[in-house]
Amino acid sequence: MLSHPTGTHLLGQTAMSTLAVTDPGSLIQSVDWVAIAPPLVAALGGLAVLLADLLLPARSRKALGRIAVGALVLALAALLPLTRGAARTTFCLPGGGGCSYVADHFALAFQLLALGGALLAALLSLHTVDEEKLPGGEYWFLLLSSASGAALLPAARDLATLVIALEVASLPAFALVGLRRDGRGAESALKFFLSSVTATAVMLLGIGFVYAATGSVHLTAVADGLAHAPGQLRPLAEAGAVLTLVGFAFKVAAVPFHFWVPDTYTGAPLPVAGYLSVVGKASGLSGLALVATLGFRPYGHTWGLALAVLAALTMTVGNVGALRQRFDTGHSAVRLLAWSSVGQAGYLLVPVAAAGYAGTGDPLGATVAYALIYGLVNLGAFGVVAVVQRSGGTRVDDHRGLFARHRWSALALAFFLLCLAGLPPGVIGLFGKVVVFRAAVDAGLGWLAVVMAANVAVALYYYLLWTARLFAPAEGAAEARRVPAPLAATLGLTAAGAAVLSVAPQLVLQVVSGSLF
Amino acid sequence: MNAVLIALLLLPLLGAAATLVPFGPDPAADGRRALRFGVGVTGAVLALTVALAAGFDHDRPARMQAVTDTDWIPAIGVRFHLGVDGISLPLIVLTALLTLLCAVYSTKRLPSGDGIPGARAFTGLLLLLETGMLATFAVLDLVLFFLAFEIVLIPMYFLIARWGSGRKVPSANRFILYTLLGSAVMLLGFLLIGVNAGTFDMTRLADAHGSGLTHTTQVIAALAILLGLAVKAPAWPLHSWLPDAHTAAPTVGSVLLAGVLLKMGTYGLVRILLPIVPQGTATFAPYLGAFAAVGIVYGSLACLALARPGAKGDLKRLIAYSSVGHMGFVLLGIASLTQSGVNGALFANIGHGLITGLLFFLVGAVKDRYGTADLDTLSGATGAALYGRAPRIGALLAFAAVASLGLPGLAGFWGELLAMYGAFDPAAGLSRPAFLTYMVLAGLGTLLTAGYLLVVVKRVCMGDPKQPAPVTELPDLKSYEAVSWTPLAALTLVAGLWPALLLSLSDPAVKHLLGGG
Repeated sequence: MLSHPTGTHLLGQTAMSTLAVTDPGSLIQSVDWVAIAPPLVAALGGLAVLLADLLLPARSRKALGRIAVGALVLALAALLPLTRGAARTTFCLPGGGGCSYVADHFALAFQLLALGGALLAALLSLHTVDEEKLPGGEYWFLLLSSASGAALLPAARDLATLVIALEVASLPAFALVGLRRDGRGAESALKFFLSSVTATAVMLLGIGFVYAATGSVHLTAVADGLAHAPGQLRPLAEAGAVLTLVGFAFKVAAVPFHFWVPDTYTGAPLPVAGYLSVVGKASGLSGLALVATLGFRPYGHTWGLALAVLAALTMTVGNVGALRQRFDTGHSAVRLLAWSSVGQAGYLLVPVAAAGYAGTGDPLGATVAYALIYGLVNLGAFGVVAVVQRSGGTRVDDHRGLFARHRWSALALAFFLLCLAGLPPGVIGLFGKVVVFRAAVDAGLGWLAVVMAANVAVALYYYLLWTARLFAPAEGAAEARRVPAPLAATLGLTAAGAAVLSVAPQLVLQVVSGSLF
Repeated sequence: MNAVLIALLLLPLLGAAATLVPFGPDPAADGRRALRFGVGVTGAVLALTVALAAGFDHDRPARMQAVTDTDWIPAIGVRFHLGVDGISLPLIVLTALLTLLCAVYSTKRLPSGDGIPGARAFTGLLLLLETGMLATFAVLDLVLFFLAFEIVLIPMYFLIARWGSGRKVPSANRFILYTLLGSAVMLLGFLLIGVNAGTFDMTRLADAHGSGLTHTTQVIAALAILLGLAVKAPAWPLHSWLPDAHTAAPTVGSVLLAGVLLKMGTYGLVRILLPIVPQGTATFAPYLGAFAAVGIVYGSLACLALARPGAKGDLKRLIAYSSVGHMGFVLLGIASLTQSGVNGALFANIGHGLITGLLFFLVGAVKDRYGTADLDTLSGATGAALYGRAPRIGALLAFAAVASLGLPGLAGFWGELLAMYGAFDPAAGLSRPAFLTYMVLAGLGTLLTAGYLLVVVKRVCMGDPKQPAPVTELPDLKSYEAVSWTPLAALTLVAGLWPALLLSLSDPAVKHLLGGG
């Protein structure tokens, strides 16, 4: 240091001059409030619920649920102005260094899924909160917070925002799982929490490595940095990329991070299980797709292959697990849906893997379309399971003869299951699979397409056995309880949505043709 | 837009939807009205197909007529494209006719009892099945074809699993799993074609005649499509679902399964495989021919074994195996890739639909009367003596049997003759010695077929009327049976005496598909 006094001095001077910019106002990022409205409205709704819980008298606690549903509807409505015109960006670095929040088609589609899924889950919850005596203020606050995080995530375009959004989406979910104050709920929550936190730690380590190697957290800058990383930093960058993807793979419940799913779903209140299976999965998936296709694009072939293998394993393990699930044990209906959601996550990963091979984000349209379809019909299926659970049955066998007791619920569930299986009359489920297949074939992933074809055929077996149970003659005369209005509304919404999409699949499949980013 | 063809598909679909609502206050009236409703709708459908045939321009059967072509899902390039030509028109009329006959037959003879759902559900499934069958023959878009191909699965599954007898649920599962696995692979082939050629339109692809698709693409696509359709046809060795399904299915299920569903496979081969991937088809034609020849001999040998005294052979199972043999002729004709061979295949398709439909009706009636279709129980020591005890049924059975063995002058003759003629002189580029061997094997098959059918006639129709029989009361032909069977017998005769009626329709269309005009 002493031998180079002038050098130090010079360095200090340069540092001074960069800090003392002529126009400090240019460093302050402008905020586009319309663009960030969807997650913001949900978050504000959560705060409003919390305040209302404090201020409202105990007897009007029922209003909390309505506030939450209203907030989610408002958040969904906030998506509408964003659909027109070019993609809005905000929180941009001055000088074109990238934006942290982009409301492009990808973000909007996943926000629709996150907020719409949360809305359906909220409608399912309205009677659960009352009947299971769950603490209303906490429940609705946690649900809205998690939905807000899930809506923020697909629009996030830097690693820091992504991690924060992912944690905002998952931390309230742990609490939601544990809200039912019995042993099962606590155990599920703990299992979920421990494995999730491990994954987050691994992901943070990975992000640290990537930041060290590329010098940026913005996804586009990361992609540039990875492409031009000096030789000695390569191993660090690669390890970082792998660790980051591992963290997201956990949230999607990809193999081998799937084991928590059945236990967590059965321990959680039913609407929360439905919420996790759709919104939780969607948030992980959108993060994975963003980081992989935007951030780690230079490594496309490597993670493309890894994700293809992961997809094949996930769908196979999920479907085998579902096949092994007995129908006569307690909670078997939810467990079967849990295993099926693991299998479906495998299908959802296929276009992401294809995007690695294609080198562009175009195949992701298939993931978006399939995720929207899956979210709709899966929440519908959870709705009917909730109907059956009210008359005292958590087993698949308790669905026997449902057609005789609740004709429309049974028809709706049959429709949802056939959509999940991808067999007409569930036309929209079939087309969801067609676009996923197309993405795989288009990217030259023929083997993955064949594995998926075998899985689709195998999965049909358990969906069909369940469907057949619905129309089987009933064993005992279980009394038909009236379906509460919010539950009936959920079933009506999801069934009507799936039916409309079956006639006009273009409504959802249009995301396949246009550019997402 | 052409209203007739759209109405043809919409009518049964709306009819199926209408059966969701009860028709009457008490179950008996509800069932009766539902069955009559089914007859009305299928009758109207048949009337529409007759109108379609009357309006068909018989001078230009190679041209697509009654065409509707509009966008359906532009995102993935799927068009709502319908049309009929000389190949599909006879199959559409056959489908509508068989469905109406089944509906008429069911008004009097529907399996009922404990655990079997009501007649309204049956009518709904029958109409949904008809929609899928008609759509398969009317659509001109690959994805739509796949959709139609899948629509039939669920109704047929429930027809077997709910209204069947014996090991009905495992048989139904086997049926649907085999077909679904096959069709999922077939879809991959379609997507490969669509992705590479840029269109799913069957007429445009057929006109291109494989140009624009590389040899490798054609071979892979042809293999995938061939596998899927061969399961449905069924080609040996993928046939093993068929005997079980037929044995367990109710009479109308068997009639439609043999009469229409199997034809969907061979129709697909002619409509899709031959014109769209000609090079790939030429690669696999010798193998298809070999499997067809083996299937012919195998089917007849299996039937001979079942027809032996003491073999405990089930008559329905026997006819199912005979279908494997007969469909072998169809496949052999297609594999020859010649005009006469494919014409023969299409003729044999219709002939088999009429004759086997009639045979299954007759065997179903025998099974109803005796309570079993076990040949040993039926025939006793000398034979069941239907000639003496129920002469009309006996005569019809003998008539159907000789038609099935290919007696000149009846519908079974021309198709098999032309198919063998095609194999005698296969298309250029195919190994003549190999196809001559197949032809000899097929010829051997006709001898064996004659052998087992005569054994069946001897054991069922002849015998001593005085010997002790399992049932004392054996009513002869009833009026509803006469109504539903006479059209089939009459058409068998007409098609046998006037083959030009069908051949003049199919020949120009086949020439067009094979690229000759």
